[in-house]
Amino acid sequence: MQPALRPVRLGPEGRRPLPRSAARPAALPVAGGSPHRDRAGLVLSIEGLSLAFGGTVAFAEIDLAVGAGEIHAVIGPNGAGKSSLINAVTGLYAPQAGRVRIGAEAFARVPAGRLAALGVARTFQNLALFAGLSVRDNVLSGLAAARRAGLGAQILGLPAARREALAHRDAAEAVIGRLGLGAVADRPAGRLPYGLQKRVELGRALVARPRLLLLDEPMAGMTATEKAEMTGFIRAARETSGAAIVLIEHDIGVVMRLSDRVTVLDHGRRIATGTPAQVQADPAVIAAYLGLADEDADAEAA
Amino acid sequence: MDALPLAAPRPRPSAGVLGLAALLVLAYGIVPLTGTSYLFEALLTPFLALALAGLGLNLLTGYAGLLSLGSAAFMAVGAYAAFNLSLRLPFLPLPAAILLGGLVAALAGLVAGLPALRLRGFYLAVSTLAVQFFVAWALNRIGWISNDSPSGIITAPGLVVAGLSFDDPRGRYLFSLSVVTLLTVLAWRLVASPTGRNLVAIRDNETAARLVGVKVARTKLLAFAVSSFVIGIAGALWAFAYLRTVEPAGFNLDRSFQILFIVIIGGLGTLRGAFLGAGFIAVLPLLLSRLGAAVLGDGFDSGTLEMVQRMVLGALIVAVLIREPAGLAALLDRAGRRLGRRAA
Amino acid sequence: MSPDLAFLAEVVVGGLLSGVMYALVAIGFVLIYKTSGVLNFAQGAMVLFAALTFVSLTERGLPFAAALAATLAVMVVVGLGVERLVLRPLVNQPPITLFMATLGVAYVIEGAAQLAWGTQVHGLDLGIDDTPIDLGGVLVSRFDLFAAAVAGLMVALLSAFFRYTRTGLAFRAVADDPLAALNTGLRLPRIWSAVWIAAGIVALVAGLLWGARLGVQFSLSLVVLKALPVLVLGGFDSIAGAIVAGLIVGAVEKLSEVYLGPVIGGGIEGWIAYVAALGFLLVRPSGLFGLRAVERV
Repeated sequence: MQPALRPVRLGPEGRRPLPRSAARPAALPVAGGSPHRDRAGLVLSIEGLSLAFGGTVAFAEIDLAVGAGEIHAVIGPNGAGKSSLINAVTGLYAPQAGRVRIGAEAFARVPAGRLAALGVARTFQNLALFAGLSVRDNVLSGLAAARRAGLGAQILGLPAARREALAHRDAAEAVIGRLGLGAVADRPAGRLPYGLQKRVELGRALVARPRLLLLDEPMAGMTATEKAEMTGFIRAARETSGAAIVLIEHDIGVVMRLSDRVTVLDHGRRIATGTPAQVQADPAVIAAYLGLADEDADAEAA
Repeated sequence: MDALPLAAPRPRPSAGVLGLAALLVLAYGIVPLTGTSYLFEALLTPFLALALAGLGLNLLTGYAGLLSLGSAAFMAVGAYAAFNLSLRLPFLPLPAAILLGGLVAALAGLVAGLPALRLRGFYLAVSTLAVQFFVAWALNRIGWISNDSPSGIITAPGLVVAGLSFDDPRGRYLFSLSVVTLLTVLAWRLVASPTGRNLVAIRDNETAARLVGVKVARTKLLAFAVSSFVIGIAGALWAFAYLRTVEPAGFNLDRSFQILFIVIIGGLGTLRGAFLGAGFIAVLPLLLSRLGAAVLGDGFDSGTLEMVQRMVLGALIVAVLIREPAGLAALLDRAGRRLGRRAA
Repeated sequence: MSPDLAFLAEVVVGGLLSGVMYALVAIGFVLIYKTSGVLNFAQGAMVLFAALTFVSLTERGLPFAAALAATLAVMVVVGLGVERLVLRPLVNQPPITLFMATLGVAYVIEGAAQLAWGTQVHGLDLGIDDTPIDLGGVLVSRFDLFAAAVAGLMVALLSAFFRYTRTGLAFRAVADDPLAALNTGLRLPRIWSAVWIAAGIVALVAGLLWGARLGVQFSLSLVVLKALPVLVLGGFDSIAGAIVAGLIVGAVEKLSEVYLGPVIGGGIEGWIAYVAALGFLLVRPSGLFGLRAVERV
């Protein structure tokens, strides 16, 4: 079922790759269920995905499954391969092995240009807004895939085109309202403060009502208040559209509060999957990662 | 490719429409009655043709972010195609010949835009130079394009539309004005449409645009086609309404740079920028020659004027890019806002 | 050697040598692009300015060496001026803005050169007798060989400079990673000034050679347009690439002119290099040696 992995020449940082037994999660009695769930009802299923850049492994043999309405966090230290995973799932990188299933369709390499049509939307770690467009236009551009009217119809203002434009505008306004962006809707997105820009990106991802939402560090660089607001928005997104949400996040507090399930990556390998509580108690995870989280918690308490 | 200087934010729609209406009243009503032949022939008609070319280039380079150094080639294609069509299909009404000339230019633009699917930034700019040089060569070498005229010189037919002669300075001005107004309105509609948003999206972040569902390849080719269409018609205006006798050398690299400068000085990524820049470029040589004669007297000949103009233009480009990368359009907006505040 | 083969060899050799001249101009571009990411369109104008200054000085009676020294000084000033007045204020702008600024600079330098020294054509005599040399039945231009030798010497000097001097090492560091270079205490503005001076010197050498070949006139600044296909092919940031690509472009151009020209029509050397480079680019979008940038999302 899973294609064989091409031999990995060199692990990250020049170390030999981890022996498979240490990485195999089935050895750990995780009560939250294995990642290999019943295929039906899954919005996203990553099966044995592996990616290497030349000799450097980004991640290897990743399994992940997310169902509708589930908020699934992916955490891990820097360099664990989280962003690369999202990039591979959204078709920006071509994995060497494995499959990505989105709904009913399976891909060896996800076609980036079809993502919107497949009902997938994402935000980016380093912000990928359209700086020259207004906030409203940025959000509207999230509906680019849903546009049916041709150029001629748009320019001439034919009724079908006008109806569509109106419907899209309403959808955008709704999202802008929900995210509290009304005051800046006409400003060029490139001139906004960082926190608002992150929100605009979220709005652009939400407006098309995706069934799969991939958020790459949506709260990076935010204050505690902004994080609380974002958490609210993400939860609300799940409520209104029932989307499956994959969330890369460093703030463990947010992860614990927000997510239904958590997958932990370390050095490109999946080392645990389960509910936040399970993962928090997992010895492998604690060894690899959660030591840092305690410092974070102390810093937050201080 | 990294983003070009940010477009200045658009003024409130009501102010824009009002201003435009006032301009049109001025342009159609007052100017034809009060203007001199010199004004029409030496200033307004070339200004309109250059502004239209700038509009076309702005769609491609300002809005879509695809740097083109070969605009003059598309002007030439439009001009020579319109010329050939009106010559070989005499039953064709002149506006149709010009329109079809534009379409031929659009086709050329489509072909020229194919490299844009693989190349970016400087590499793309260099590929547009290939178009520029190839077209310049073709106009000189391929005889039938200029009806076998030596060195490719052509003389445009008279400007007669539906029996009405526009062949005097005022008529040529009004003809150009109508064409430019029509195309500007269409460009306005394009820029405000979802497709116009797609252009800017591709410019600002191509990856995100692709992921959001914008058909990147199709949109880039569209940008080239539409831009070349507009520039082609501008070329036809240049040949039919302004110069009337055209040679390939008039569509050389210097002309391409001139259009680019118009767009940079006027404001990349704005429609009004093309007009502001063209107005500036059209007026500059006159300003300089008056100034030079005043300062240097007889020592200021046409050769000196040309060199001084070159220096001033270059210095201006640098100054604009350093001080106000969004060009005259942004300066105008700031002045407008300040006036608005004072009035309020 | 049969006359046809000898002729072919002549065309190829002529093309290769002419390509060396292109590479000479391209190297000036590469220097600046490598260290500051700027594509200096004004390089051609600098070539013209150098040639015009030198020729005008010698015509006014200055001996060769003095004129050379004076022109060198002038080019240093020009290089420094451009770097400080135009590029430093624009230091954080996107590359395309910088490129457009160098367009403006090109116009300024061209205008200034001809305003100062006039617009007539000057002949430039470097003292090289251009009688052809017969190498085994193949006629080769003596001047072209000299130019190739000069170019080779310059490349050797530059390579040695980059490898063995501290400033050269600093250039390479800045080219590789400006931020890291800053972190190690390298003074970027000083390095950029040095780079622009070096580019000015390269422009001077190119100006003298090209001026001797074509005569010193305005069209000399258009030599930059010959260098662009070379850069595109060889990658904007590789000196080795510039040389190899220069040779290729030169040879292709000469061969096309001689063998393709009669079929298509004369004068195709104006665009054949571009079309060839374009064709190549569509297969390899970052050129022969260019570094393929990895986009971090």
